[in-house]
Amino acid sequence: MSNSESPKILRMNPRIFIVWIFMISISMIFVSLISAYIVKKGEPGGFNVDLPTMFYYSTAVVILSSIFKQLSYFASKKDNFKSQKIYLLLSLITGVLFLVTQYLGWVQLVGGGVYFVGHPDGSFIYVLSGVHAFHLISGLFFIIYVFRKAVNLDIHSKSMIFIEMSTTYWHFLGGLWLYLFITLYFYNI
Amino acid sequence: MGVTKTIKAKPNVKIDEHHHDEHHDQSFITKYIFSEDHKVIAKQFLISGIFWAIIGGALSSLFRIQLGFPDMDLTALSPIIGNWLTPQGKIDPEVYLALITMHGTIMVFFVLTAGLSGTFSNFLIPLQIGARDMASGFLNMLSYWFFFLSSIVMFISIFVEGGPASGGWTIYPPLSALPQAVSGSGMGMTLWLFSMSLFIVSALLGSLNYITTIINLRTEGMTFFRMPLTIWAFFVTAILGVLSFPVLLSAALLLIMDRSFGTSFYLSDIYIAGEALSNQGGSAILFQHLFWFLGHPEVYIVILPSLGITSEIIATCSRKPIFGYRAMVYSIFGIGALSFVVWAHHMFISGMNPFLGSVFTILTLIIAVPSAIKAFNYIATLWRGNIIFTPAMLFSIGLVSFFISGGLTGLFLGNSVVDINLHDTYFVVAHFHIVMGSASFFGLFAGVYHWFPKMFGRMMNSTLGYIHFWVTFIGAYLVFFPLHYIGIAGYPRRYYSFTNFETGRIESFIDLNTFVSFAAILTFVAQFIFLFNFFYSIYRGRRASENPWKSNTLEWTTPVEPGHGNWPGKIPKVTRWPYDYSKPGSKDDYIPQHIPFSSTKDSNMPEDEHR
Repeated sequence: MSNSESPKILRMNPRIFIVWIFMISISMIFVSLISAYIVKKGEPGGFNVDLPTMFYYSTAVVILSSIFKQLSYFASKKDNFKSQKIYLLLSLITGVLFLVTQYLGWVQLVGGGVYFVGHPDGSFIYVLSGVHAFHLISGLFFIIYVFRKAVNLDIHSKSMIFIEMSTTYWHFLGGLWLYLFITLYFYNI
Repeated sequence: MGVTKTIKAKPNVKIDEHHHDEHHDQSFITKYIFSEDHKVIAKQFLISGIFWAIIGGALSSLFRIQLGFPDMDLTALSPIIGNWLTPQGKIDPEVYLALITMHGTIMVFFVLTAGLSGTFSNFLIPLQIGARDMASGFLNMLSYWFFFLSSIVMFISIFVEGGPASGGWTIYPPLSALPQAVSGSGMGMTLWLFSMSLFIVSALLGSLNYITTIINLRTEGMTFFRMPLTIWAFFVTAILGVLSFPVLLSAALLLIMDRSFGTSFYLSDIYIAGEALSNQGGSAILFQHLFWFLGHPEVYIVILPSLGITSEIIATCSRKPIFGYRAMVYSIFGIGALSFVVWAHHMFISGMNPFLGSVFTILTLIIAVPSAIKAFNYIATLWRGNIIFTPAMLFSIGLVSFFISGGLTGLFLGNSVVDINLHDTYFVVAHFHIVMGSASFFGLFAGVYHWFPKMFGRMMNSTLGYIHFWVTFIGAYLVFFPLHYIGIAGYPRRYYSFTNFETGRIESFIDLNTFVSFAAILTFVAQFIFLFNFFYSIYRGRRASENPWKSNTLEWTTPVEPGHGNWPGKIPKVTRWPYDYSKPGSKDDYIPQHIPFSSTKDSNMPEDEHR
């Protein structure tokens, strides 16, 4: 049988593929919420919110966390197990720190008179950051799972699939916050 | 995925590769309950779908009694439906609203999304593309059990105090947001939202798997344009699901916030009994946008799998290649893409800008093009075919009939001008019950009759199948066709009663409504023929052969009842497209996909290289 009759099928690792489709469906949640927000901002009777300073810090923290995650990925590729675990831990800690700064951001919002219950212009900020935080927690659990695997020496240059999946997801979550933050920023000046 | 190579002692045994053999000694629980096998999960979805279809149909019979026989005393039914009756023995008006809401929710989501996609995507994708199982059996199992949980919550909601959700299956706020509005907007609505959130998770997990499996696990030689049209349809359906269900989740999330935490996303300027609510700044129209951004693709999530199933069955039972294979694929994609840019045609009278209305009118009417291509191709495939009227074939032809006659009324409704008159009348009810309700149901039936031998290793009784088909086909037209007239006469949908208008005009159609109710209940009862046939044949049906319909696709190369891993030996390689029926020069009138061209020298064509 000739090869041209039944060509080989190009394949990607199905697990990584699932992560990508998962990220697309998460994006749709935020795309719909952001479009609802943008339409709302275009209507009369709303108000601009002074974004809490904590949101600026949290943005920096989430970028830092992504960098640590990437460094851990590189370390795994080089079979450098010590820095692999240190960077994983650092990305985990900065991830938790991000959640803390987001919470403090909410406290600042309340202090500034923007409440969850009230005009949707304010509520949307809580919903957007809250739904994002919810997804970020799932990313944290994923990192813990990968960390456990790393402790068992299951993650190395020949077995990168899990750290690749979690790194992709983590960058996506960081990028998602960046996108939310920039959108919120420009619709509130 | 475990791949174990066992070297047999006998050298002449060709089968040397066994997959998943280590799982064969599964316990009852891992085999039938928490199974990760796509065929078992498909059957679980099918049985659950059948259960829900009975409930959904029974609910519709109840409200058809109210519509057709408004003065009937139903006290005799009180042991079954208990306090749903008023002291006069009539269905309570609020219960009536709950009935139509649950009928819509159950039929659209639990039967025609989970029951249809869940069954056939799960069953056919690995079998037809030549894979051992889904990309992730675990996520697949999770998908079913999320659906199961969601089913339980929805089922419980029917019996809670205050009744189930009753704001219509579209659950527009403020009606659904305020418990003061209708008693079903209390606990019933909360459970509805909870159940649907679980359902969305289930649908997403399923879709993730379908897409990944189709792209990554095709067997050697199964290029995209050698895939059966069923697979293309499931593929686009899954893409639509991944893109649209999250939006419903957003819509539901904001509604949950409004209901339980007091936010005002959808609420503004509301007065109840003269008292102003504190909610300010929200917009009920926002919900409609979010809902229909899912809701419209959802319509295609419901119909596309049926169209795929029909394509396969019509080609097989006409003994002819499907007419315009590529055109079929492109129209599936066309329909899928267009389904995302037409949602506002559900909202023409919500006060939207008339210019925007005409944009959505044009986009909506463009859908007629790929739909007409598909209808044309079905008919062209049937044309001068060597038609074998199996029950599956009859149901497929029935689908084509519904798709055309229901699609035509879509042209009226898609016009923002005509829609002013027809909006929310029974004309709409007639339209979507024919084009997406009946058509999808017929695709579902066709699929069950056609793939039953592969699912259970036995044949269904075809005489009962023919009776089932003719009663259902004629019955469905008798139910839904008169609704067009009732709608043009001005009957609004979701109304409890039409007897008190005292215009004379509305009342003059009540006898037509009685007729519809007769037909509806008769059609519902006829489904028990199918149920009997289905369950009887599982145990007592005639034993099936490996390929009873002489079909080309890969699932028919498996054993009569494919085990774990689907093929006992190697997965067959694919060398040709799936529609080589009645090829000139060929001895048989079908050449399965795995037969190499080298062994069919007499029938090879110059253009075969491109298939």
